[in-house]
Amino acid sequence: MDFNFTSDLVGFWNLFVVVIVAVSVIGCGVFLWVQGSAKFKPGEVTGHVWDETLEEYSNPLPNWWRWMFYITVVFAIVYLALYPGLGNNRGMFGWTMRGQYDEEMKAAEAKYGPIFNKFLQQDVMTVAADPEAREMGQRLFVTYCAQCHGSDAGGGPGFPNLKDNDWLWGGTPEKIKETITNGRMGVMTPKGTKPDMDAEQVKDVVAYVRSLSGLSHDSARAQRGAELYPQACAACHGPDAKGNPEAGYPNLTDKVWLYGSREETMIETVTKGRQNQMPAFGEFLGPAKVHLLTAYVWGLGGGVKPAPAAPQQAEAAPAAATSGEAAPAEQK
Amino acid sequence: MNQPAEKNNAAAPAEEVVTLYKSRKKIHPRSVTGRFANWRWVFVWLTQLIYYGLPWIPWDDRQAFLLDIVNRKFYIFGLVLWPQDVFFLAIILIISAYSLFLFTAVAGRLWCGYTCPQTVYTEIFMWIEKMIEGERPARIKLDQAPMDARKFRLRALKYGSWALFAWWTGFTLVGYFTPIRELWTEFWTWNLGPWETFWIFFYGFMTFLFAGIMREQVCLYMCPYARFQSVMFDPDTLVITYDVERGEPRGARRKGVDPKSVGKGDCIDCGICVQVCPTGIDIRNGLQYECIGCAACIDGCDEVMDKMGYPRGLIRYTTEHAMERHWGKKEILRHVVRPRIIVYTLILLAIVSGLIWGIANKPDLRVNVIRDRGVLAREVEGGLVENIYRLQVMNVSEQPHRYRITVSGLDGIQLEGEPVLEVEPATTKSFSYAVRVPPEAAPKGSHTIYFDVKAEGNEKIAVHEKATFLMP
Repeated sequence: MDFNFTSDLVGFWNLFVVVIVAVSVIGCGVFLWVQGSAKFKPGEVTGHVWDETLEEYSNPLPNWWRWMFYITVVFAIVYLALYPGLGNNRGMFGWTMRGQYDEEMKAAEAKYGPIFNKFLQQDVMTVAADPEAREMGQRLFVTYCAQCHGSDAGGGPGFPNLKDNDWLWGGTPEKIKETITNGRMGVMTPKGTKPDMDAEQVKDVVAYVRSLSGLSHDSARAQRGAELYPQACAACHGPDAKGNPEAGYPNLTDKVWLYGSREETMIETVTKGRQNQMPAFGEFLGPAKVHLLTAYVWGLGGGVKPAPAAPQQAEAAPAAATSGEAAPAEQK
Repeated sequence: MNQPAEKNNAAAPAEEVVTLYKSRKKIHPRSVTGRFANWRWVFVWLTQLIYYGLPWIPWDDRQAFLLDIVNRKFYIFGLVLWPQDVFFLAIILIISAYSLFLFTAVAGRLWCGYTCPQTVYTEIFMWIEKMIEGERPARIKLDQAPMDARKFRLRALKYGSWALFAWWTGFTLVGYFTPIRELWTEFWTWNLGPWETFWIFFYGFMTFLFAGIMREQVCLYMCPYARFQSVMFDPDTLVITYDVERGEPRGARRKGVDPKSVGKGDCIDCGICVQVCPTGIDIRNGLQYECIGCAACIDGCDEVMDKMGYPRGLIRYTTEHAMERHWGKKEILRHVVRPRIIVYTLILLAIVSGLIWGIANKPDLRVNVIRDRGVLAREVEGGLVENIYRLQVMNVSEQPHRYRITVSGLDGIQLEGEPVLEVEPATTKSFSYAVRVPPEAAPKGSHTIYFDVKAEGNEKIAVHEKATFLMP
């Protein structure tokens, strides 16, 4: 259709492919044509011998078979005109793998979209209570989240447990949706805000932090660590070490440890720092699936009820859900 | 009339030069009656009653025989096959292949002559043709006649009847994959899905084309079996043979004349054996790859022998050795039992018993244990080590079941989560489970543990499945 000579035919390897394909197809046609008028004596042997005595005789093939051969040649020419195959030529249909993928995705979206979208109208807690939505949410979770958080959502070293009520970035529906949509970056700088700490001081700080959550520790070290803590850690984890979910700083006084509670692990964490990333799924999954996943994760048991502090705003929950939905749309 | 066109072909002078392609000579086989023709009709009825009847048989609230590809369940009477049972299909194919080897080694192309769909449908289509257009001479005449009202009427009737029959064949085929009663209403209310429509008409068209139009061309040029069956033959294989010694020199003579007195053999050269041959060969030229073993020539020749008052069997089922060594029936039968036949039979018996054993012992429950790969092992409160598994529980039976799950294999091993689960009949469900082990139970590395899934109330339905537990 839009055959562009300069871009479609130029280039050695392109021409190489074009010539091989064209010569093969036309060659087959010419060969058939020549064979059609070739003559031989019936009962003549071709000279091919197998297994000592098995010889091939020249026996004529029925004409209809020859026409089938011609049909294959015509098929090849038609195919190469319509579809890519002749070097860079895109074919009249402009077919591409990518295009077919997009088309199939569009068809799937048209078919399954309404099933997902109907939950978009409901707030997260209603969806979380719906058994059908939970089942769909679980399937989505196993597909998109289980690789890191485990199929039971229990997490693993470096990947948070989603079933408990400890939330690095907050466990309300809005916060969970925000996390899934935009992803999160968790950063612990090496040696916190006191980069001049030596190895012994690091051990002291670790001992102090261990004491906060009731882990075994050397109390002399812990005492020294308590003095270092305000300079080294308090800026992020807070003077009371309860963390700050607004910025994703973990609570150091509970029993939940993202990288494990062994002393060596904690020393490594403080010495080298940590970098952690949750990828953004908003664009990839679309608002409806994110909504279902939010409800599923929220409903796993550790979810925090949204905004109970404002009783006069009884209608706040649906409003919050609406603003949450709008967020991915605004991004586009 | 006694000089059919086919004969010229065989006697072509060696100097003749031909092209690599030849146009088809239409064959008008003359119909035969006799022992072997009766056998063929028995097999036509048998195979077609099964083919057209099977999908209509009900079973409980479903079709007795249904290959439900969409839901990946094959229903065969009381048996439900899942994709996991696909090896049964492989075994059935192996059994078919060995049966073919066995039958071929014993008596040549029995499959081709009596039960091959190409033969069976050609037989049916030729019967329709004979009913409408008449016997061989009438058909030859009709073919040569110019198109007029009568010819047009006969042709329309013939092709119409063929098309109707072919459509029924295609419809039945789809009825094996879609419930046939629903398909029937769907068809008449014009509600067929695109694939159903395609397969009904595609299979119908192919039946029409192969059985009505192509006929012997399929056997001669398309069928691979025609090409390799020769390797299954040996000198003790029963084949259809013309008794040259008894028949030659052939020639016409009056009825009741003793052939020896005129210096001739028993063959009166009537050409019946050539006229009745559906592949258009002359069996008197010896065994040829075109011969599908239908025995029409035997029936035709026997009839002529009876009329002439000669003994039957100028053309008969016999073996190469029997011809050479003048064996009787007894010796032929004695040579049926030979190493090749014994080996084929033993292998066939072994595989058939294997299939029966396999189907009889088909489990009612299947369990796949899939360890979470992303999360290798995690530490939980109390210092326990936890691994996560997904159990895919397939209730292969047609009743709902409650299953109880236990784990074993390491000291202090325990299962977290609801140990009882319910699965509806013929469904698969997935469940996540955490398994916890005290850190001192095993050294670092991977360890084998076992999941036991047992149906409540029926201890026989149980699966003992191996899994791996990782210690960090």
